[in-house]
Amino acid sequence: MKITQGTFSFLPELTDTEIKAQISYALAQGWAIGVEYTDDPHPRNFYWEMWANPMFDLKDPAGAMMEVTGCRKAHPRVYIRVNAFDATHGFETTRLSFIVNRPAREPGFNLKRHEIGGRQIQYTIESYATEKPEGERYE
Amino acid sequence: MGSQAERYKSGVMPYAQMGYWDADYVPKDTDVICLFRITPQDGVDPIEAAAAVAGESSTATWTVVWTDRLTACENYRAKAFRVDPVPGQQGQFFSHIAYDLDLFEDGSIANLTASIIGNVFGFKPLKALRLEDMRIPVAYLKTFQGPATGIVVERERLDKFGRPLLGATTKPKLGLSSKNYGRVVYEALKGGLDFVKDDENINSQSFMHWRDRFLYCMEAVNKASAATGEVKGHYLNVTAATMEDMYERADFAKDLGSNIVMIDLVIGYTAIQSMAKWARRNDMILHLHRAGHGTYTRQKTHGVSFRVIAKWMRMAGVDHIHAGTVVGKLEGDPNVIKGIYNVCRESFTKQNLEQGVFFDQDWAGLRKMMPVASGGIHAGQMHQLITYLGEDVVLQFGGGTIGHPQGIQAGATANRVALEVMIKARNEGRDIWNEGPEILAQAARWCSPLRAALDTWRDVTFNYTSTDTADFVPTATAS
Repeated sequence: MKITQGTFSFLPELTDTEIKAQISYALAQGWAIGVEYTDDPHPRNFYWEMWANPMFDLKDPAGAMMEVTGCRKAHPRVYIRVNAFDATHGFETTRLSFIVNRPAREPGFNLKRHEIGGRQIQYTIESYATEKPEGERYE
Repeated sequence: MGSQAERYKSGVMPYAQMGYWDADYVPKDTDVICLFRITPQDGVDPIEAAAAVAGESSTATWTVVWTDRLTACENYRAKAFRVDPVPGQQGQFFSHIAYDLDLFEDGSIANLTASIIGNVFGFKPLKALRLEDMRIPVAYLKTFQGPATGIVVERERLDKFGRPLLGATTKPKLGLSSKNYGRVVYEALKGGLDFVKDDENINSQSFMHWRDRFLYCMEAVNKASAATGEVKGHYLNVTAATMEDMYERADFAKDLGSNIVMIDLVIGYTAIQSMAKWARRNDMILHLHRAGHGTYTRQKTHGVSFRVIAKWMRMAGVDHIHAGTVVGKLEGDPNVIKGIYNVCRESFTKQNLEQGVFFDQDWAGLRKMMPVASGGIHAGQMHQLITYLGEDVVLQFGGGTIGHPQGIQAGATANRVALEVMIKARNEGRDIWNEGPEILAQAARWCSPLRAALDTWRDVTFNYTSTDTADFVPTATAS
């Protein structure tokens, strides 16, 4: 399967030129770029590891691309995403978030059904990858 | 006006002379200000008509009463302070009326509207009356909860940023069994939509009772979430005959792990506010389907404009509101729709007469409502939809998903690919308004579901003249 989180997951994988164009757009809006990675792609795992703090004073997209490249080099087999943070009053949130690296094989999720009386079912979504300890997933 | 004794002599007196017209009145920051379109009966003076509207929507009755003198009646009288002819409309007038804050109960849409759109709309000396816009003072807004979740928090919960959300309404809207209904939900979500939606009249009929529907829909939502790794949702419509029934249904939706429930506008303002409080208490997104609004928002001379309804709903506390598509099958002039979207989504809405927005409106930190565009839209219009409606919107392709020749999943995929490719192009600085069809055609080369969608619906448009349009047009200046 292919995890479709992020703004552009239904498109072919973005090239570095295309990633840079999106970063340029975000910087032009005054947003700060942050690079994050994880080996736990659960849909509600909101806190991916920060590769570094968001780059608030960065103006040049090449600088952000260096961070993407650095993160890819250190974590080539996991998910990496680029986030853009907007500090404008009334937003103060992520405005763009897209995946720029993913494992060669994505095992997907197990849907566990726990029958809890009547016809009701309690659902748990578990990533097959997280059956292994951190660091050993997607080896 | 003469002495107080003269003023309170028993009998009938023009409203304007009773104190409901004051051309010199300067509205206070704490006043509620209304902009009415008034069509007086033949021979009725427009100023007297405006004063009558002010009177009948505040303290007046048809005759003088001495009991006014037991009160600080000057404070409680609404004051018409400006009357202008409507451009190009013989016999119609825009009237500004100011209301003191003390006239209204804190945090109550029911109380606000009982005055403002109460008796006065049936008043005989007027042929017609329309509430065009309202300026709600910050002091009053602060007594309302506002959207239970709001755009920002909704996106954070869903973990979806940078693009419109995608939805669809299950079709056929009536008749499917619960199990078949859930099938549609699963296919659409797995194919790429973020949300699927009950229609407004899906409640608990003999072909599908609500508990059954909720159970199958949540199976579909969770299965699709596991298949894609995304947060997904289905708006479970909890609209019912009584408040108790609605709470029971909403509680069940929560027990099943739904992240969103839905209500219809026809349940009434008080029920909507109750559900908004319930939604805030229960971490739930609250979707409002505006069923019924067309009966009083569409005609320009009489009723309440939808931008006012949108303001009331933002105060009442819903998170999603159907607000027009411009290009789809339902009423929607581009300028008027833009004004309504701004009312939903901005922290401060500026006066814009071309968009029908008569007042600056400071939203006082009230969260933002997500507008929903639904009704006769398809993937081939993606560039137009994004240009008109922007990014913070739910685009709902019901027929445009379920009617896809290759199946529901393919329909959903076509919409999602069209959306992402268009957002990507826009961010890259391309002129999507003009290049849109080419951008879609290019994506259709590698995405066969999109190709089939374009082939099926490419030429479908709904080009009819809008009824609800703005009265002001930009003045041409010499270039």
